[in-house]
Amino acid sequence: MSGAVPWNEARAQEIIDAHLGLEGPALPILHAIQEEFGYVPEAVVPQMAQSLNISRAEMHGVVTFYHDFRHAPAGRHVLKLCRAESCQSMGSEKIAKDFLERIKLEWGGTANDGSLTVEAVYCLGLCAHSPGALYDGEPIGRVDGEILDELASEAQKS
Amino acid sequence: MTKIYVPRDMAALAVGAKRVLAAIEKEASARGETIQIIRNGSRGLLWLEPLVEVETPEGRIGYGNVKPSDVPSLFDAGFLKGGAHPLSIGKVEDHPYWAKQTRVTFERVGIIDPVNLDDYVAHGGGQGLAKAFEIGPAKVIEEVTKSGLRGRGGAGFPAGIKWKTVADAPADRRYVVTNADEGDSGTFADRMVMEGDPFVLIEGMTICGYAIGASKGFIYLRAEYPQCAEVLTEALEAARKAGWLGENVRGSGFAFDIELRIGAGAYVCGEETSLLESLEGHRGIVRAKPPLPAHVGFMGRPTVVNNVLTLATAPAILAKGGEFYASFGVGRSRGTMPLQIAGNVKYGGLYETPFGLTLGEIVNDIGGGTLTGRPVRAVQCGGPLGAYVPPSLFDTPFDYEAFQKHDSLIGHGGLVVFDDTVDMMQMARFGMEFCAIESCGKCTPCRIGSTRGVETIDKIVEGVDVEANIELLSDLCNTMKFGSLCALGGFAPYPVESALRHYPEDFRKATLPAAAE
Repeated sequence: MSGAVPWNEARAQEIIDAHLGLEGPALPILHAIQEEFGYVPEAVVPQMAQSLNISRAEMHGVVTFYHDFRHAPAGRHVLKLCRAESCQSMGSEKIAKDFLERIKLEWGGTANDGSLTVEAVYCLGLCAHSPGALYDGEPIGRVDGEILDELASEAQKS
Repeated sequence: MTKIYVPRDMAALAVGAKRVLAAIEKEASARGETIQIIRNGSRGLLWLEPLVEVETPEGRIGYGNVKPSDVPSLFDAGFLKGGAHPLSIGKVEDHPYWAKQTRVTFERVGIIDPVNLDDYVAHGGGQGLAKAFEIGPAKVIEEVTKSGLRGRGGAGFPAGIKWKTVADAPADRRYVVTNADEGDSGTFADRMVMEGDPFVLIEGMTICGYAIGASKGFIYLRAEYPQCAEVLTEALEAARKAGWLGENVRGSGFAFDIELRIGAGAYVCGEETSLLESLEGHRGIVRAKPPLPAHVGFMGRPTVVNNVLTLATAPAILAKGGEFYASFGVGRSRGTMPLQIAGNVKYGGLYETPFGLTLGEIVNDIGGGTLTGRPVRAVQCGGPLGAYVPPSLFDTPFDYEAFQKHDSLIGHGGLVVFDDTVDMMQMARFGMEFCAIESCGKCTPCRIGSTRGVETIDKIVEGVDVEANIELLSDLCNTMKFGSLCALGGFAPYPVESALRHYPEDFRKATLPAAAE
């Protein structure tokens, strides 16, 4: 997403150090790293392992367990489409499938121009307004093809 | 100055509350009207969102489904004085969807400014904690036990007994952890209470901390709720500033603070031991029980892990007494349950009511049937691990035990309605697929069984050895049910088995043309 800065080891260390006083700091650090750099770079794994006094393997295991930590930067905008049951009851699967076909992307894919990443998510708590979505963190209810097309073209412009 | 309420609830935002707010502000300043905007939570009449309310001497008048383009006409109609307009629903409190509810946990949600502590107190907030300090920890646990309150996360374990177990466990420190990893599809009650009345959770956690002798609490909030995180952060800040959290909570000498932690998209972290692993900074792998978290929890210390609704109900129980709460409900399901009516439904929303309504009353009378207007074919109760219930079982009363009798569960109180276009074999397949995506990988039946489940259903879809594969699928479900450590692998078979049991025709589509020949 926009606002991310290039990888910088010293800055990463600052972020790690700022959280070391917490009980169980790994997730807060990883969130802060992703917030700063837009993803969790491979290079931060040994660095965190060192600071948290755990093995690299263990640290790698933590990073890779959670769906939300990216291993590569996302597009400038991120669209999360809900695929859970409530949204399925309102036809979300077809809406999403048609949309992905139109923009020639697969789940988790990023457009060639880097404008948009589309990800699956399982429940956003917008179940009375299914299908639901999050666009750059902003919730959207009653999603349909038209709304998605608008978002995709909006993403290209900014 | 007229008070106007525009919800900041995520569901209201999802249907344009922010744009409506901007339009109201613009129109008011163009007309030289001075107004005071209050960003309340949602009343739970979600199909009416954005629901704008105006305070008048007669009460709060609501205008539902407001679009930015409606705003000039609202001003023309004198909506600042509650004037008549096609979007007006009259006094919100008189609306049957609201008036027929029994709001205990959600007493203030949608009514107050969620991050204004004075407003919270003016509406009865803080009385539970005051009472707790007055009667002491042991009596607090007694009151909660007396209330019959059961864990609202889904398992339904009596809260008072859990608290007592932790209080009695010898330890140098103890913890309170709020499970706010509300991952079940069709549920949003935790989110709504945290966005609409966060202080009630803070107060509930403080009461629990006081009762069990903990000085630290965590809220483990799912990452899919960014707006909720904002409200909680503001509320925690306000609580600290006002001395509701910190070294000396409200001058009682009791020290307690709460830290907000954000999850990272793992459904299994809603399982309490996986949540604790995640909170400690590990992979969210389920722990074997025993030892129970009540004995060996966060950082190896005795820990109460309770759902948001469980803890958010504690203040009302303390303020009004355990007997008051227990006076609602049926059988062993005491008190009220915030139902979440969702999916393909006309009047989707949050409806708090005592246990005991029948499923049919909830879906048809309250929910108004499907949004598409087609017949209801199935209702999934209790999230992705809950069974699909057909209309033939709609006379089942909504309580823990009655649902168990039909091999189904009420879980966190979410109900997802499907119309007759649903393909139950695909829903069963999704149940297995979801389990495969979200399995933590610890137990073989869950990790591998879910993938084999998807493959087996695919064979049934293709019409390969249908009856043999259905038998294999049932067998697999059994293995998962009895061979998994936690509810993910243990309950993922429920939607699959219920689909097989109640909708057998959906699994035999591939064989039907052959049979007709």
